Amino acid sequence: MIPASWFLILSAVLFLIGVLGFFLKRNIIALLLSVEIMLNAVNLTFVVFSNQHRQISGQIFVFFVLVVAAAEAAVGLALVIAMFRNRESLNVDRSNLLKW
Amino acid sequence: MIQILFFFFAALAAGAAINVLVQKHVLYSALSLILMLTATSVLFILLGADFLAVIQIIVYAGAIMVLFVFVIMLLNLPVDEDGADRLRWLKFIGIPLGLFFLFLVTATLWNVQAGTGTQSRFVGSPQAIGQSLFTDYLLPFEVTSLLILIALVGAVVFAKKDL
Amino acid sequence: MSEYLTSSDFMILMIKIIVIFGGVMGALVYLTWIERKVMARVQMRPGPTRVGPFGLLQPIADGLKFLFKEDVVPANANRFLYIAAPVVSLIPALLSFSVIPFGPWLQVTDLSVGLLFIFAITSLGVYGIVLGGWASNSKYPLMGAMRSSAQMISYELSLTLSVVGVLMIANTLSLNQLVMSQQRTWLGFIPRWNIFLQPVAFLIYVVSAVAETNRLPFDLAESEQELVAGWHTEYSSLKFAMFMLAEYANMVTVSALATIMFFGGWSGPLVGPHWLKAALPTFWFVSKIFLFIFFYVLLRSTIPRFRYDQLMNFGWKVLLPLSLANILATSFVVAIS
Repeated sequence: MIPASWFLILSAVLFLIGVLGFFLKRNIIALLLSVEIMLNAVNLTFVVFSNQHRQISGQIFVFFVLVVAAAEAAVGLALVIAMFRNRESLNVDRSNLLKW
Repeated sequence: MIQILFFFFAALAAGAAINVLVQKHVLYSALSLILMLTATSVLFILLGADFLAVIQIIVYAGAIMVLFVFVIMLLNLPVDEDGADRLRWLKFIGIPLGLFFLFLVTATLWNVQAGTGTQSRFVGSPQAIGQSLFTDYLLPFEVTSLLILIALVGAVVFAKKDL
Repeated sequence: MSEYLTSSDFMILMIKIIVIFGGVMGALVYLTWIERKVMARVQMRPGPTRVGPFGLLQPIADGLKFLFKEDVVPANANRFLYIAAPVVSLIPALLSFSVIPFGPWLQVTDLSVGLLFIFAITSLGVYGIVLGGWASNSKYPLMGAMRSSAQMISYELSLTLSVVGVLMIANTLSLNQLVMSQQRTWLGFIPRWNIFLQPVAFLIYVVSAVAETNRLPFDLAESEQELVAGWHTEYSSLKFAMFMLAEYANMVTVSALATIMFFGGWSGPLVGPHWLKAALPTFWFVSKIFLFIFFYVLLRSTIPRFRYDQLMNFGWKVLLPLSLANILATSFVVAIS
C-alpha cells in the first residue's frame, strides 16, 4: 500500500519543477516542455484521486488533458517555427517588438 | 516491494524533470521529458490505470514528443543562448519562493491525506473508460474534436511561409 | 499487485522468457539468410552458398564479422546519443515479444491491454532512428531521420486505426483473447478468422505495417540511391548490427500481430499424440509468421520505391480516410447485429 499523499507530493514537486522551468528558462521550446511537465503533474493528481474515490471520471479528465496537450504542442511548435523564421532566435526575451 | 517501485519511479520522474531544466540543449531536455513521461506512466500502472498508462506513452511519448524532437532537429538549434538575459536575478527570488510554495503544498497534502492508502485493485479498464467517455462525457468529447480541428488549422496557418 | 510469485511460477516464467528470447534471437539471425536467399532466387542468383551447406552458416559468419570490425564513432558526432541510439532502437523492438502469444501457454505475460502495449512500445522505436540520424552529425543520416520520423508518424495513424475494426468484433485488447475469439469455424471448414470479416482493415494494416518497419517499397529512410544508407550511414560493426536486428525484430512483431489479429494466431488443426498437440499451435503460429515474412521479402524484391510525396499523399489521402470509413462501416454492422 502506498499512501495517496506520496503520489500527491510527487505531483506537487513535478508541478513546481514545471513552474520553475517556465520562469527560469528563456528558450521557447523549453517553456513548452515545462508546460508539459505541469500538465503531467496534474494528470498524476487526477489519476490518484480517481483511484481514491473509485471514480473513473478522473481518468476521463486525463484524456481531455492529453487532447489539450496535443493541441497545444501542435500550435506551439508552429509558432516556434514562425518565430525562428522571423528572428533566427528562440529566446523569448528577443521577441519584444510589442513591448514598451 | 511496491513501495520500492514507487520510490524508484518517483525519483526517476523527479530527476528527469529537473534534468529538463538543467540541460543546456533543448534536445536533451526533450529526451529527458520522454523519460519523465515513461516514469509517470509506470506510476499510473501502480495506481491501477493500465489503459491510461499505455495511452500516455502512445500519445505523449510516441506522438507529441516526436513532434518536439522533429522540430528541434528541423531548426537545428544552437546551444541555448541564455547569455544576455536581463531577468537573471529572478532566479535568486524564484527558487526560494518556489520552495516555499512546495513546502505549503506538501504540508497541506500531508495533513489532509495522511494515512489513506491507495487501493491498488482499482483498474481503469478500457471498457469502463469507453462507457463513461461516450455516455457521461459525450459533449466534452465532441468539443475536444472541435479543439483538435481548430489547433490543426491554426498550426497550418502559423507554419505557412507567408501569411 | 499484492500477490507474490511462488518459486515454481518464477521458474516457469524464466523458462518461458529464455525459450522465447532465444528462439526469437535465433530466428532474427536466420531471417537475414532467408531474405538474402529468397531475394537471390527472385533475381535468378544463387545467393549465399559458400559458408556451410546452402550457405546456412552465413549469418554466423556475418555476426563474427560484425564483432571484429572496428567500432567507428565519427569525430563530430554527438558521442552519447550516437552510442545510445542503437540501444534505444533495439530494446523496444525486443520488448514487444513479451506479450505475444506464441502458443496457448507460450506467452510471457498476457496484459489486458497487450495490443496497445505493443503499439506504445513500437512507437518508441522511432527515437532510435531519429537520434541515430541526428547524432551522426552528417547530412545523409539527418535527412533519413527526418523522412523516417515524418513517415512513421503518418503511417502509425492508419496502422492503429485499421485495428479498431477488429477490436470492435473481438471485444478485447488482450492478445490471447483475440486468438481465442477466432477459434471455431464457419460451416465446419472455413476458419473463423478476422480476415474474412475485415479484409479492408487487413489491407490497410499490411501496407502501413510495411511503412512502419521502413521496408521497401517504403524505405525512404535509408533509400540507398539517394541517401547512401539513410540514418545508419555512419554506423559500423556491432551498432549497425543492432539496428539491423531491431529492423528484423520489428518485422517479426508486425507479422505476429497480423497473424494474431487477422489469421487466428496459433489456432489450427490439432492432430496426433499428446506431445504433438502441445507443440502444434506454436508451429502454426511460426509458419503463419513465416508466410508474412516471405511476402515481405517478395515485396522488397519486386516493387520499386515510392517517391516521398507519393508516400505522404498515399498515407494521408488514401489510407487514413479508408481506415476511418472501415471503422464507420464496422460500427454500423456491429450496432445492428
